[in-house]
Amino acid sequence: MDWGALHTVLGGVNKHSTSIGKIWLTVLFIFRIMILVVAAEKVWGDEQDDFICNTLQPGCKNVCYDHFFPISHIRLWALQLIFVSTPALLVAMHVAYRRHEKKRQFRKGDQKCEYKDIEEIRKQRFHIEGSLWWTYTSSIFFRLVFEAVFMYAFYFMYDGFRMPRLMKCSAWPCPNTVDCFVSRPTEKTVFTIFMIAVSSICILLNVAELCYLLAKFFLRRSKKAGHQKHHPNHENKEETKQNEMNELISDSCQNTVIGFTS
Amino acid sequence: MNWAGLYTVLSGVNRHSTAIGRIWLSVIFIFRIMVLVVAAESVWGDEKSAFTCNTQQPGCNSVCYDHFFPISHIRLWALQLILVTTPALLVAMHVAYQQHQEKKLLVLTGHGDPKHMEEVKKHKMRISGSLWWTYVCSVVFRLLFEAVFMYIFYMLYPGYQMVRLVKCEAYPCPNTVDCFISRPTEKTIFTVFMLVTSSICIILNMAELVYLVIRACARRGQHNSNPPSGKGSFYGHKLSSEYKQNEINQLLTEQDGSLKDMLRRNPGLQEKGDRCSAC
Repeated sequence: MDWGALHTVLGGVNKHSTSIGKIWLTVLFIFRIMILVVAAEKVWGDEQDDFICNTLQPGCKNVCYDHFFPISHIRLWALQLIFVSTPALLVAMHVAYRRHEKKRQFRKGDQKCEYKDIEEIRKQRFHIEGSLWWTYTSSIFFRLVFEAVFMYAFYFMYDGFRMPRLMKCSAWPCPNTVDCFVSRPTEKTVFTIFMIAVSSICILLNVAELCYLLAKFFLRRSKKAGHQKHHPNHENKEETKQNEMNELISDSCQNTVIGFTS
Repeated sequence: MNWAGLYTVLSGVNRHSTAIGRIWLSVIFIFRIMVLVVAAESVWGDEKSAFTCNTQQPGCNSVCYDHFFPISHIRLWALQLILVTTPALLVAMHVAYQQHQEKKLLVLTGHGDPKHMEEVKKHKMRISGSLWWTYVCSVVFRLLFEAVFMYIFYMLYPGYQMVRLVKCEAYPCPNTVDCFISRPTEKTIFTVFMLVTSSICIILNMAELVYLVIRACARRGQHNSNPPSGKGSFYGHKLSSEYKQNEINQLLTEQDGSLKDMLRRNPGLQEKGDRCSAC
């Protein structure tokens, strides 16, 4: 189970996301996970081996390294990426539950069901409305919270985002104060700033998606209210159904997006 | 065979699990196995090479490391995850056996064509009857393994915190020697994380157990108020063809939800089912 497997799992969620959600997923996989795996891991690969302290005292290097790096940047980013991508699974579970309900209806031979085939239910893309809207919005909210928490944790642990070349350590068993030198500090600073920048872009995308969903929700509500105001008693069942279909068609025209391949 | 192989095997079981079972499986794969592979393994990667003792005595380093770490955390977690995920295979085996029985029944009743065989493979089994017992046993075993491993962890590494310094007196170290562990804080963070996810999995398993028991009791209550007919006639007829017909009928009623649904869905059968009038 590695990043590839996570990609497979989340690729399925992609189908039910908004267009901003698809962009966010692409940014996540290409600019964060891929950079982490192909570049950042090598930069931090020798972080402890090449952390050198100006002393022969055994144990001093270990203790100083542990003091200045309670958790490595790489591990923090890995945890951040795992936590940030998992709320999307809430949406996947909700969609699976809806599909299951539709299949049950279909099997019972419900008159209301409009599908010819179980295959069609499996392939159908659900509109983000009703309870699915709430699940989707919650998942975006959790993503935002996790991103913010991890960025704060980063800032708090490493006092800003710059990696210094030299650290002065006086933890036992180091005798007095000892100079310790970090390996590849500039390269680490570059990658840290890059990951922070991409993380900020992801936060912006999430905020934009949240605003988009809220705007869509209010628009739909006002349309419905206006519609009911003008035609309170005249509609019979067929007209209601026809209006619903028209609304869905106009919504799907707005929602047509280029699919991002998984 | 690696974690990806295990994932493939267990994804198949997922289909026949309850909703809580699926959540449990996701937590196992994403928050435990994935974190183990992408993060924890690199934290413990240099645990022996960076284990430094304040001595130049050859062998002291190795002996002290072995004394304080009889089995590495990473290996313990790997064993725990393998043992905890394998009871689900009991369920997979039982489902495969039931599907085999259904296929045999279909052949007996003359519907042995490939299309029906595919249907048997695809449809989801209801967790009832003997499958319920297998499923409950698998959940109990999961719980047991989780608890045992958490206890072993606690016994081997009292408290879950990794200390920076350990004092070692094992031969051939001269007197008492200070030994320093690499990345103790990071190791503590990951130990606590794995512990928390393990507890979450235990809670999910208990919830699943309670859910299954309640469902069984509810089903039993429904069953008692609508007793099935036809079982009494089993003993009445011993003639061979009637005997065979009764056996088939009984098997059909026992395999009620799943098989009847399946037969009903197929066109050209005697049994009638309601299909969508809009189709």
